[in-house]
Amino acid sequence: MAAHKEPNYMMVFVALTVLTGAEIGVVFMPMSKVVIGFILVILALAKAALVALYFMHLKYEKFALGVIALTPLFLCTLLIFALLPDLTGTKHETQRETASVSETVETK
Amino acid sequence: MSQAATVKMIDPAESPLTPESWGKLGMWIFLAGDAMSFGGLLAGYGALRAGSADWPIPQEVLGIQLTAFMTFLLICSSVTMVKGLSAIKHGDQKGMIRFLALTIVGGVIFLGLQAYEWTHLMTAQQITLTSNPYGNYLFGTTFFIITGFHGAHVTGGVIYLTIIALKGSRGKYSAESSDSVEIAGLYWHFVDLVWILVFTFVYLI
Repeated sequence: MAAHKEPNYMMVFVALTVLTGAEIGVVFMPMSKVVIGFILVILALAKAALVALYFMHLKYEKFALGVIALTPLFLCTLLIFALLPDLTGTKHETQRETASVSETVETK
Repeated sequence: MSQAATVKMIDPAESPLTPESWGKLGMWIFLAGDAMSFGGLLAGYGALRAGSADWPIPQEVLGIQLTAFMTFLLICSSVTMVKGLSAIKHGDQKGMIRFLALTIVGGVIFLGLQAYEWTHLMTAQQITLTSNPYGNYLFGTTFFIITGFHGAHVTGGVIYLTIIALKGSRGKYSAESSDSVEIAGLYWHFVDLVWILVFTFVYLI
């Protein structure tokens, strides 16, 4: 682990708080769902990166540890693309109140 | 530790890949796998939601304000955790215990608020694992499984940190021997990190 000055944890905390506030604000903005969703994902990833790099100390660790830490992000992206063919565009309706199979109505 | 060892003994690296702390490496590998568990649940949730015509709008059904505070709470607990680690790295055992206690309290309050939210959803709003008056019942299913899986992790973390705090109060950790505290911290930050993602995908988007 490289010798280094301790990061300014309070600055990271302030950044995380501001980003959280921004996320709430974005939700209520008059923009399309897709754009809101895209911005939210970016904000969430930024927060996750701050926690990982500074609180979990990844910024100061060996490169190999960063590879291990980033692998789930890579694999989850693959997972999302692997699931895309299952989204056929057919939206299913379900029975309103219970999960009872006999009462489920599907419209195509 | 021998009396002569006032400096942390680090074995010369056997290879470029030999870690300074096997425990830390082990925790990172575990967290990577755990991240995939959450990733699988969230991907499944996304696929189910994308294929559903009557999925309710989360902000209209769930209490975003309360959950935003819960997010802020976990972020605060990560700050106290990292300050606790910093304390023991400077040999301040009392400071470490104090910050660990604050972290644990933050986790317990989070769990309490989660329990309150669940109770409200199940009783006042009739959303359960198998029912949802606002639309697709899978909304309730995925919500409770994902937040429940995360809540179980928080509970485990609270127990884990309590054990570390108790050991710390008996003098087990010091500036030279703080790896165990750091490793517990990694788990706790992971729990915070996952919540940041769950909050975004389940409550906001």
